[in-house]
Amino acid sequence: MKYLSEYRNPELVKKYLDEIRQSCTKPWMIMEVCGGQTHSIVKNGLLQLLPKEITMVHGPGCPVCVTPMHLIDKAVYLALKEKVILCSFGDMLRVPGSTDSLLEAKSKGADVRILYSPLEAVKLAKDNPNKQVVFFAVGFETTAPANALSVLHAHREGLENYSILASHVLVPPAIDAVMNDDLVNIQGFLAAGHVCTIMGIGEYGPLVEKYQVPIVVTGFEPVDILHGILMVVKQLEKSEHKLENQYARVVRPEGNPEARKVIEEVFEITDREWRGVGNIPLSGYQVKEQYAAFDANKKFSIKIPKVEENPECIAGQVLKGIKKPHECPQFGKGCTPERPLGAPMVSSEGACAAYYHFSKISGQLTEA
Amino acid sequence: MSDYKSILSASCPMPKLDFEIITMGHGSGGMLTHKLLDAGVFDVLSNEYLDKQHDGAVFDVTPGKMAFTTDSYVVSPIFFPGGNIGELAINGTVNDLCMCGAKAAFISLSFIIEEGLRVSDFWEILLHIKQAADHAGVKIVTGDTKVVERGKGDKIFINTSGVGKVHPEAAISVDRIKTGDKVIISNDIARHGIAIMSVREGLEFESDIESDTCHFNHIVEQLLEDFGNGIHFLRDATRGGLSTILNEVSQSLSKGIAIHQKDITVDESVAGACELLGLDPLYVANEGVFVAFVEASIADQVVQKLKSWENGLHAAVIGEVADQHPGQVVFHSQIGGRRVVNMLVGEQLPRIC
Repeated sequence: MKYLSEYRNPELVKKYLDEIRQSCTKPWMIMEVCGGQTHSIVKNGLLQLLPKEITMVHGPGCPVCVTPMHLIDKAVYLALKEKVILCSFGDMLRVPGSTDSLLEAKSKGADVRILYSPLEAVKLAKDNPNKQVVFFAVGFETTAPANALSVLHAHREGLENYSILASHVLVPPAIDAVMNDDLVNIQGFLAAGHVCTIMGIGEYGPLVEKYQVPIVVTGFEPVDILHGILMVVKQLEKSEHKLENQYARVVRPEGNPEARKVIEEVFEITDREWRGVGNIPLSGYQVKEQYAAFDANKKFSIKIPKVEENPECIAGQVLKGIKKPHECPQFGKGCTPERPLGAPMVSSEGACAAYYHFSKISGQLTEA
Repeated sequence: MSDYKSILSASCPMPKLDFEIITMGHGSGGMLTHKLLDAGVFDVLSNEYLDKQHDGAVFDVTPGKMAFTTDSYVVSPIFFPGGNIGELAINGTVNDLCMCGAKAAFISLSFIIEEGLRVSDFWEILLHIKQAADHAGVKIVTGDTKVVERGKGDKIFINTSGVGKVHPEAAISVDRIKTGDKVIISNDIARHGIAIMSVREGLEFESDIESDTCHFNHIVEQLLEDFGNGIHFLRDATRGGLSTILNEVSQSLSKGIAIHQKDITVDESVAGACELLGLDPLYVANEGVFVAFVEASIADQVVQKLKSWENGLHAAVIGEVADQHPGQVVFHSQIGGRRVVNMLVGEQLPRIC
């Protein structure tokens, strides 16, 4: 596949691994922010290939993992309402709310549809004028333009039966929150390539300066990730901290101005709760007042009690790299992918699930 | 979904009936049932057993072991790129018998039709059933038709059962797999699941990917002729894909299975669609791929034999059975990394990022 196979080239992988080994003289702790990167690291078995000096921390960049339980409860509540079609991206369906996941709601009779694009949900609303169509708009900055565009399309078409339940989160405030925790010992970041495709790289410069950490905007293929790690390590070994762009074939410094315009038209920045992490100021998007008619939060009166997270789950500490998943007393016992206590055990790119699966290779657990 | 229908019905036109859709009356056993069956099912599928129109089929058996299986088909949409529910219902049951080391011979066929199904769609399905049965060399000898109210089904469900004679040399059983056995797949993977996904509501994308549905009735017979009990175990990699089969085997044996990404072929369009949807081809369903565990010494010859078959172009040895990592499937990535390939927890769902 053009633009993919060359970034999965075993020889290039070996070259970067050799360079990382040669450059690395002491232990470094690096966080990959994005769940897509975690997935690639796990899928390609990169962790065992890296020298033991490098510890990768799987950051809070999995939208499925950080969507608060209360919001999933809201989605389940809406899905179970009469005459509501609730649409979602696929992997949100299995995430447990306080009582049910959307998949369980579906088996109880809720009309839950998996869609690939929010614009499909607008079409569904047009085709079903007697139903309310709600799109569960989850994701980072990457999915925000399409979700915003769906609101603009629905507005243009005068649809009164389309709305979104927005749960958008933003990467830079999350990095800020991670670094603000005194217990955190992250020394460098791989920033999420696709987020920067939309937003550009400008927001990361101030973070580099504030915390004096290298941040490298990185892609998702094995060669990209190893290249990104090498760039971080080289900076760390020279005691430098710079913002660099490994993913320049896709990410322009200014991002995608058209997409940003659409986001700014529909969304405004707000405080947001992150599952496992807590409230992070100015870390999410909500629908602007002028599009309130398309905001499911305002359109429906959703009165459900707020249930606290399971206190035994240490997801927050895992997402910040303070603890490894297997240091949780519930890991693999009270918490497994079949019966997850917290979100990082649900998604295949969640740190706990990744560890759980890998730890099954006998004796390899602590190296993972 | 008429785009995916073949031109079979053009060469074999539908009989003139005074109804266009199937109603409750067609399952009543009365006049309408007879109209549908006489002008449709019995005519198309005619053979010396079915023509008797008795309550069951009566046939001779020769000494030796027989295999017997059943399966139900509920695929949606019922017509998809490269196939349809009728073809699947024949190939699937034939293949289940093949995986027992048998050659499928007789098949039963039961329809559960949702009121409202177009007769033209039913006709198309019937013709494909006939064609698939002819290809596989099996006879449909008995069957049943029921109609359920609108909303109580999903257009049409099909159940097929089948019997076949087990090859005298066959000794296929999971407990015959031993350390050092080679793991072979009969072709490239993940085409069926992606073909279905490409026409599912909400996920539609344009592609030329077609289902791999085919029968194994002749190729498995040839393998058993040539290699006899050197073939230790066979399993078709349908629901849950390749990794599910391998996990089932490794867990029941308490042995490890190592597989190598570089040896597993995934068609470029299929791989692209998997990237787009965030699916892992190892978990995507196949309808024309089986896994064989064989004696290491014959593995290359088995692959050569498979490659000579029209549906085995990408057959390959993809791994081996080992004592290490009991109960685990360890995947060696193209770039030299390793990971455990687990059993899916639930249905594989497209990922966000």
